[in-house]
Amino acid sequence: MSAQSLLPARWPVPGVFVALVLTVAIGGLVVAVDGGQLFHQATVVSLLHVAAGLGLVAVGQTLVIVGGSLDLSVAYLISLSTLVAAETMNGSDGAVLPAVGLALTVSAGVGLLNGLLVTRFRINAFIATLGVGLLLKGYLDNGYDGPAGVTAPTLVRTLGYQRIGPVPLSFLLLVAVTAAAWFTLARTRFGHHLVAVGGDPEVARLSGVRNDRVLVTAHVLCSLCAGLAGIYLASRLGAGAPRVGTEGLYDLESIAAVVLGGTALAGGRGGVAGTVGGVLLLASIDAIFNQLEVDAFFKQVIRGAVIIAAVAVYARRALRRGRS
Amino acid sequence: MMTVQSRPLPMRPRVRPGGLLPILAILGVLLVLVAVRQPDFFAPPSLMSFLGRSAPIILLAAGQYFVIVSGEFDLSIGSLVTAQAVIAARLIDGEPARTWPVVLLLLGCGALVGLVNGLITTRLRVPSFITTLGMFLILVGAVYYWSDGAPKGALSEEFRRFGRRAVEDVPLLGRIPYALLVLLALGALAVLVARSDFGRTLVAVGDNPRTAELSGVRVWRHRTIAFVLSGVAAAVAAILLGGYSGVSFQAGAGLEFAAITAVVLGGVALGGGRGSVAGAMLGALTLELLLALMNFYGVSGALRSTVQGAIILLAVALSASRSPSR
Repeated sequence: MSAQSLLPARWPVPGVFVALVLTVAIGGLVVAVDGGQLFHQATVVSLLHVAAGLGLVAVGQTLVIVGGSLDLSVAYLISLSTLVAAETMNGSDGAVLPAVGLALTVSAGVGLLNGLLVTRFRINAFIATLGVGLLLKGYLDNGYDGPAGVTAPTLVRTLGYQRIGPVPLSFLLLVAVTAAAWFTLARTRFGHHLVAVGGDPEVARLSGVRNDRVLVTAHVLCSLCAGLAGIYLASRLGAGAPRVGTEGLYDLESIAAVVLGGTALAGGRGGVAGTVGGVLLLASIDAIFNQLEVDAFFKQVIRGAVIIAAVAVYARRALRRGRS
Repeated sequence: MMTVQSRPLPMRPRVRPGGLLPILAILGVLLVLVAVRQPDFFAPPSLMSFLGRSAPIILLAAGQYFVIVSGEFDLSIGSLVTAQAVIAARLIDGEPARTWPVVLLLLGCGALVGLVNGLITTRLRVPSFITTLGMFLILVGAVYYWSDGAPKGALSEEFRRFGRRAVEDVPLLGRIPYALLVLLALGALAVLVARSDFGRTLVAVGDNPRTAELSGVRVWRHRTIAFVLSGVAAAVAAILLGGYSGVSFQAGAGLEFAAITAVVLGGVALGGGRGSVAGAMLGALTLELLLALMNFYGVSGALRSTVQGAIILLAVALSASRSPSR
């Protein structure tokens, strides 16, 4: 699929991919000078695994942000989803389908709650999803001290670790979800309505879009993506982990990836292809610094600086194009 | 960020739409609940120490108010508080003589971080959500890196005084914590700043930056100063918190969200242009009172966030439904 067609033409999609190519090229060079190998199979595989987890969340996050909302509850929802999945399976292969179904149902419920709070109760999305996050956090803190449940071995073997060449199955899942999300945004009526609502809710409403319904749907889809990420993490870790979402900073990192991908935080502009680029960029930086054996904390400093710098470059470019 | 900018601004004579009434009502209800369960709470000693304990978050909310009312976010304050506490402990290292220089250094540091946040947001046009999120990652990473994963050194008793000591033997009140005195002084200052020309212009900037710009306001300068105020507030909060509860990497964890929640509870609109600093500080007080209340009613530590989340959602939903302008 050509990146250009994914978006309304105003926003420079390839920006993040240019940054990605540059990062990988320079990073590869530096790693090579250092005596390592960035394109080693193991490195690429682990990079794609990291990207798959964050990517699933970020694609969902893109949908709500394009609609002018955002979701800060995803980190807790991911943890919850790993627990629901792993506890339902409890190590038996027969229970995979019900477990996945239940985890996704719970996720959809959380998304519905988020959506209703934002639309019906008119709570600012920042506060609404933060509040829902707190609700989930209380449940997790109250019920769990450590890992619980056991993921079914088949799922661990397939979704968790199986790969085709250097490409993990989970990354293919991300590609499939991204393609579906792209189709939804670019080719369906719901997608166009969502962009319209994010661009200007009042104009959208006056043009006959049912804003509330559109936003609730976006929130449900976002939560489903987070739930899926949870199922993936459960199959990766072999158990449900009550802190995996927050420790991975999935809430803030997913938003950062979306913005890196060129989606406007205010809504109405952007797309999932850029988001995947943003995710890959973050994952490559991670891989490069792992190869260089940079201190984990120092890595975080660099990561913060890169996020700011990258977005500053976009903003400059948008400015030159004559933004208000 | 997500406001509808369609409503034309009628000429309202200084009546603030984001009034104090809802937050006062919520505060009143919580006070009644506390009174029913724990009448002792209103005895001067416990009330004073409660107010002293709440000082840091109230100051953070006041700082955050300036940023939010100008239409931006500051997500870096929690990590700033942590970083400041860890830096203070390492630099002081138990030496009383280093107390004042370090206090000044912390205030300067807070202002500097605010300045950087502000300049990146306004001059480089990076959304403040991303700027301050990046700053959050940078500060947390840097402070862990600098101290190899565990806080080192110790605060001097002189430093800790601000957070834990009190003026003793005051008639009627018993003891007044230094933290409360700091809060009263800086709280009054915050109200004065909010009512000054600067404060009013800041609200105009948040309501409609374009209009403000066209009326000759230097939007970037106002917003940058707002970030500096928030950074300084975080420095003061770090000094009080470090003194009260000591140094750890968790010192400031989650405070940014608590401050933003408090500000919204106080009737300030996210996205800017509406609300008062008094409301923001009352919102923080309400949040602290809520935590105390949960203590009195024996809500278990782990379930707390659930109750807190539910009440915040309820309170914000109620105040949102009251104001017809949204």
